[in-house]
Amino acid sequence: MSLPPMRRRELFAGAALTLAVIPAARAATARIVIDDYAFQPMELRIAAGTAVTWENRDSSPHNVVSSATPRVFRSRTMGTGEGFSFTFAEPGTYRYFCSLHPHMQAVVMVT
Amino acid sequence: MDEPTRRDTLECMLWAGTGLLWSVVGGVPRASLIGTAEAATAAAAGFTFAQVSDSHLGFATPLYNDVAGTTAEALRALGSSTQRPSLVLHTGDVTHLSKAAEFDAAQQIFGGSGLEMRYVPGEHDVIDDDGRAFLERFGRGAGPGGWSSFDAGGIHFIGLNNVVNLQAGGLGQIGAAQLAFLEADLRGRSASQPIVVFAHIPLWTIHAPWGWGTEDSEQAMRLLARFGSVTVLNGHIHQIIQKVEGHVAFHTARSTAFPQPAPGSAPSPGPIRNLPADRLRSVLGVTRVSRVEGNRPLAIIDTPLGA
Repeated sequence: MSLPPMRRRELFAGAALTLAVIPAARAATARIVIDDYAFQPMELRIAAGTAVTWENRDSSPHNVVSSATPRVFRSRTMGTGEGFSFTFAEPGTYRYFCSLHPHMQAVVMVT
Repeated sequence: MDEPTRRDTLECMLWAGTGLLWSVVGGVPRASLIGTAEAATAAAAGFTFAQVSDSHLGFATPLYNDVAGTTAEALRALGSSTQRPSLVLHTGDVTHLSKAAEFDAAQQIFGGSGLEMRYVPGEHDVIDDDGRAFLERFGRGAGPGGWSSFDAGGIHFIGLNNVVNLQAGGLGQIGAAQLAFLEADLRGRSASQPIVVFAHIPLWTIHAPWGWGTEDSEQAMRLLARFGSVTVLNGHIHQIIQKVEGHVAFHTARSTAFPQPAPGSAPSPGPIRNLPADRLRSVLGVTRVSRVEGNRPLAIIDTPLGA
């Protein structure tokens, strides 16, 4: 199973025992924060099967909408403190934007 | 800088209700401070209307903690002034999150004002339903697309919806169906009739990196080009910016809720966070317009509410 760098660091830092009890099939996760009218990070690289969670910390509402046709994912609009998750099963380049503020654009690269 | 106290804030909010009186002199809007002799003269001329914008009911931060209060204050001031407008246009973002409770609050404040209101949606009013709930309550005269036109005081008013179907990296969008409506609506109309177009996102590009413009506004402007007096009123950017181009006067209104930074002056268009309390009165407000018959020179003057 391939893990994103952050997850891998956590595993190496932990005790061998911890590593042993993590089920091999457990999905990796990653997080994107929305604040100040921007997605952070704007470019996220993850392994296929990773569940990505977006969290809106801005005072303005935002959403997460795939730029592809047809759309791969589309969240409901998130108010402050709300979130949305999507698991990227297939490798690819997934561009997305906020359809309320379309100048807000970012990308998830899945390998 | 000291944090503003609630008392300071409320005192400042009283100033939110006062605002600019607009008179359309020779077909172009002219602004003057409400309560001045100039404003009284303009209002005495007859038909007046006002613009309110970006009330964002439901929004709250420590500094902007009473947007319902500032909005209600603005409406009360409009309704009770000697220059009571015949009509009030709301240029969108009535609510912050399109929630039923926010629409309820809007109906209480605007519906309860006793003023004749017309609305166009902002992007905050069409969240997750393309504006169906908004149009049900506030879309008087508008079809499912959210646009409409009507005549009042000799002026032809056109309300446009440029906040749906926005594309990645793009600006506001009018769309082909709405442009077709506009063309049909203007066909055969006398070029001497003053036109007021109102829509949420500016119909001229103010700052593309923040999305402050409308993708296909040029097409709309071409349809309006033959008219002798066109006034375009927008919201969205929570500050006054204006320009005159040929026979067209463009104007964006203040918010009744919170101010946004000047184009490109901050990392993002989010609310101004470090506003000194004594400047609140200078950044919130309403816009008033009155039509004055005559052949005065074209002029546009803008005056802030306070220092």
